[in-house]
Amino acid sequence: MSTPAQTVGPFLHIGLTWPDGEFVVPQGTPGAFWVRGVVLDGNGQPVQDGLVETWQADPEGRFDHPDDPRGVTSGFRGFGRSPTTVDGRFGVLTQLPGPLPGAGAAPHINVSVFARGLLHRVVTRIYFPQFDNTSDPVFASVPRDRRHTLVAQSTQDGYRFDIRLQGREETVFFDV
Amino acid sequence: MNLIGYRRDPEGTHPPLDSPSYGSTRLRHPGERLVLLPHGLTEVTGPLLGPGRVTESDSDLTLREPLGQRVIVHGRVLDGDGRAVPDALVEIWQANAAGRYRHTADRWPAPIDPGFDGVGRTLTDAAGRYRFLTIKPGAYPWRNHHNAWRPAHIHFSVFGRAFTQRLVTQMYFPDDPLLPHDPIFTSVPDERARGLMIARFDLAATEPDCALAFEFDIVLRGRDKTPEHR
Ligand SMILES: [Fe+3]
Repeated sequence: MSTPAQTVGPFLHIGLTWPDGEFVVPQGTPGAFWVRGVVLDGNGQPVQDGLVETWQADPEGRFDHPDDPRGVTSGFRGFGRSPTTVDGRFGVLTQLPGPLPGAGAAPHINVSVFARGLLHRVVTRIYFPQFDNTSDPVFASVPRDRRHTLVAQSTQDGYRFDIRLQGREETVFFDV
Repeated sequence: MNLIGYRRDPEGTHPPLDSPSYGSTRLRHPGERLVLLPHGLTEVTGPLLGPGRVTESDSDLTLREPLGQRVIVHGRVLDGDGRAVPDALVEIWQANAAGRYRHTADRWPAPIDPGFDGVGRTLTDAAGRYRFLTIKPGAYPWRNHHNAWRPAHIHFSVFGRAFTQRLVTQMYFPDDPLLPHDPIFTSVPDERARGLMIARFDLAATEPDCALAFEFDIVLRGRDKTPEHR
């Protein structure tokens, strides 16, 4: 039996923030862009005591991890961590994940959201608007009328991905 | 590609996101059903945030002689099959002995202790072991309901080996009279699972003239026996 999850509580910032947390890749990395967004509650109010974590493949679609059967790679950290601000905003600087092996898999970033009031993390995925995501088996398993909540929107310096925990336009969350 | 995924936890292990007695869940729990995510490469891998992120002294929260009862908190990070999880990053944060966090948003007028930040980090060793030296946090009031007090607890964040094993939890102390009254602790439906969040007093690891010890093992999800097909 696993140890149960508990909320991060309102004071997560003292324990879980890193100076380089928002930088999956260092500033100045070619092709780097920001994924920015806002975390909103069921009333559309910003969640100011939250933390967004991201996990993704490198631009070649590889993970720097021993369980990636294709062998050890670049040292790409793949991980981002951004606390939300008083406006509920978060952001990570990263590169586009490459395509993964497997039929139809589209580039994506896994996201965990932690917050006061979330007794367990919620997990979602960021997909990108320039790809045919409908070939991706996970994307395709989501009810058609909710899929758009998983697709980031292009912006001047990257992409926008808002996370709505509840209510109208609620983001799709996964049972991982 | 066939990958070995991670076992899903039995019903009741984790708190429901909608837990009415914990008021802050009201506007923050998703109303829609979660969509099942089969485990692919993104899920069976995860950040390995090894050496370089943690220094030796990060596991000693008492270097500036904070007030309070010194305690050793130690244990192992294991997977669901009892195997050690080595090189796992463990992060903790907690209130001081008076129950106050060093956080600008903590307005409870208990004293701030200039000798205590309440933040620690360490990596598990080859046997999955970790150890912190800290002080016992105080209970503190919160506004969830009339006369609401959080039992003494230490917040824990653990990265296992995979995205699926990521865990944030809280460690509680044995025999705390506040536990049955705490909607966060009691949000876990399964009584045995609740018990896994309570540390065990550990006389053997207690250090004479220094600190009481508590043992807290953290169990992350185990691997499936057969591959999930994608
Ligand atoms: Fe707390």
